[in-house]
Amino acid sequence: MAYNIEEMKNAHKLLTEMKYDVGSVDKGYTNRTLYINLSENKIESKPVTEEVKEKFIGGRGFGLYYLWNAVNENTKWNDPENEVIISSGPIGGITQYPGTGKSLVVSLSPLTGVPIDSNVGGYFGPYLKFSGWDALELQGKAEKDVIIYIDGDNGRISIEEAPLEETDSHLIAEHLTEMYSDSDYGKRNISVVSAGKGAENSHVGLLNFSFWDLKRKALRIKQAGRGGIGTVFRDKKVKAIVVKYSNTKGDSNKPADRNKVVELGIKLHKEIHDLDDKQNRMRKTGTAYLTEIMNDYDLLPTNNFKFGSHPDAHKISSKEFSKWFQLSGSDGCWFGCTLACCKVVPDFEVLTGPYKGQKVVVDGPEYETVAAVGSNCGIFDSQYVLESNFYCDTYGVDTISVGNITGFCMDCYEEGILDKEKTGGLELTFGNKDAALELLHQMARGEGFGKIAGLGVRKLKALFVKEYGADAEFLDDIGMENKGLEYSMYMPKESLAQQGGYALTNKGPQHDEAWLIFMDMVNNQIPTFEDKAEALFYFPIFRTWFGLVGLCKLPWNDVVPADNHTRENAQNVPEHQENYVQMFTAITGRKMENADLINQSAPVYHFQRVFNFRMGYGSRENDSAPTRSIGPATLEEYLSREERYDKQLKEIVGIDPTEMKAEDKFQAMRKFRRDQYNQLCDSVYARRGWTKNAVPTLETLKQWGIDFTEVVDVVKKHL
Amino acid sequence: MIKVNGKNVDWNEGMTIETVLEKCNYTYPSIVVSVNGTVIHKDKYSTTVINDGDDVKVIHMVAGG
Repeated sequence: MAYNIEEMKNAHKLLTEMKYDVGSVDKGYTNRTLYINLSENKIESKPVTEEVKEKFIGGRGFGLYYLWNAVNENTKWNDPENEVIISSGPIGGITQYPGTGKSLVVSLSPLTGVPIDSNVGGYFGPYLKFSGWDALELQGKAEKDVIIYIDGDNGRISIEEAPLEETDSHLIAEHLTEMYSDSDYGKRNISVVSAGKGAENSHVGLLNFSFWDLKRKALRIKQAGRGGIGTVFRDKKVKAIVVKYSNTKGDSNKPADRNKVVELGIKLHKEIHDLDDKQNRMRKTGTAYLTEIMNDYDLLPTNNFKFGSHPDAHKISSKEFSKWFQLSGSDGCWFGCTLACCKVVPDFEVLTGPYKGQKVVVDGPEYETVAAVGSNCGIFDSQYVLESNFYCDTYGVDTISVGNITGFCMDCYEEGILDKEKTGGLELTFGNKDAALELLHQMARGEGFGKIAGLGVRKLKALFVKEYGADAEFLDDIGMENKGLEYSMYMPKESLAQQGGYALTNKGPQHDEAWLIFMDMVNNQIPTFEDKAEALFYFPIFRTWFGLVGLCKLPWNDVVPADNHTRENAQNVPEHQENYVQMFTAITGRKMENADLINQSAPVYHFQRVFNFRMGYGSRENDSAPTRSIGPATLEEYLSREERYDKQLKEIVGIDPTEMKAEDKFQAMRKFRRDQYNQLCDSVYARRGWTKNAVPTLETLKQWGIDFTEVVDVVKKHL
Repeated sequence: MIKVNGKNVDWNEGMTIETVLEKCNYTYPSIVVSVNGTVIHKDKYSTTVINDGDDVKVIHMVAGG
């Protein structure tokens, strides 16, 4: 189909604009944020105070701070006062060190009702900063579909009605890139944030952040995937946000000590060059290498997290996807990233749906997508995974949630809770890729069974109980969601620490907070409750830091120095942590010690837990974990690992399983696992300085300097 | 019997680090192996004999995901 870019542009109607002095970054900050209210057609500049920078740093911290000030305790995700906030952080946008293109996006989630923070690579965050803004706040709702254009070259921001543009991201991002660029080369200076029709018609919408791939002359997109932020975006009737900035230079972030930044960058580039091929091969396979590893270690979610491996897993291994990938030698998602984990499949012929027969660029797949739409649905077909990847991206829906929801529906179908009549003819059995794809298309169109599937696992459980008389306890056992967010793709069943790493999070079960499976289950490095509690204090808080400053986590630990294993606390990758401490000082001029990786992050982390309480969902009951995440939820699962579980009953629980009936062994293990999880909660809360009901104590608020009146007022209600 | 990461694993005559890794299905590329506290280089996995009662640590250098 031919698209007339000129016609689209001419159909724009200017609603309001603001001209401004672009100014310059000063040691990682512009010291102002851009506030846009779509209900009032208002565009404003707001100053950033030193106190906010000190306490909230940037990125996720800024997002949570601005969101707290925007909403009240009764605000729902689709109320106009909910905001979408995009911010990178003081380190974001440098070009000398791998992984510095990250932005954090924050909003109240349609799935959980509490703040979701979702990280995304790509050019938008840095360009937004260089255009003059530490963060973008988007509030209110437009009357009709609009685009927002931030022209960082000329210091102008506009809100324009945009009636003709398609919403699906692979189209709108390319069209707007064409529309606003001055030349083919200039397309590199444009980044577009968008979400497709799937985001409008489901609660699992994501945001796509685009950039132009000069070598391939093609649009590429990265995702702020989790939590339904794309749904909020489309509910506000925003089709896209476009930023244009043409003057990116090596010192655009204006660091205090540029030589140090360069020195640290060269060191990591050399490490990647020398070691990546011997370690995780990120440059060649990206995160897809994890598929075969997870399968070997019985950690690959299979059939709605029932199992951890499958004999056909090799069909969706990195070896299979490598046959599809086109490596260009410079596939990073921001200037200077030599880890370059993004992978591209060009000229992929679409087999189904509205773009059937067209050749498209597929960005990915990441491991999470492979596991979610693949093994978790019992489907082991690389072409199908790529098809699903493409459509999830362009429709603007989260592959993790889509795969989790689909796997859950398949499980319910095989259990007889659903049938063809209820699914409108979709035979949702594990392994049925045609049904899985049709479900995705329906989700995007907001039609049929797909329309309700797109509401997420938590709402599906309630609906199946109410409408079909399903057993609520059974659905709670097998529905892999916590706080309303679907679990990401690591099987936590055999790792008590990872069970906590998922369910004791603030945002919901996204592994971004803690990924402790190997430390716990394989290395056995944190055997006691105290060890696990320490890890569940340290890692969620340390990992928060990346999202405050604009950094990707992958260069932290997907490549490690050759002598890393000789260092104390090797799992922290101490040399890279030292790099970060030096980098922060080199950019901002602020002195930083290693302990500040915790000291800077802990205030934001605890603030986020208080925010959850403010919205009504902070307490211990919201940290409960589905049985399937902590152990066998069905007899079938027990029997699939009978030898292992029998041994555990004998050696750990102190029960001799020899004469026991299978059902009795299963129930004994189930009770044991539940008791263990409850004990873990007690240990972790105590270590974090929270009460037994997960409330940060007044002492904790004071310790981390967040004992602001409003924060204390929320906490006092729950003590 | 030997210990691998603190857990009991059956020992048999002629076991090497390489066979321990195969037995445990430890396929992750970035690992550090020590036997009774001594780190063993990758080049010596197939020739380092594991004796009954040995304490083997196979630390997978991954904290990400």
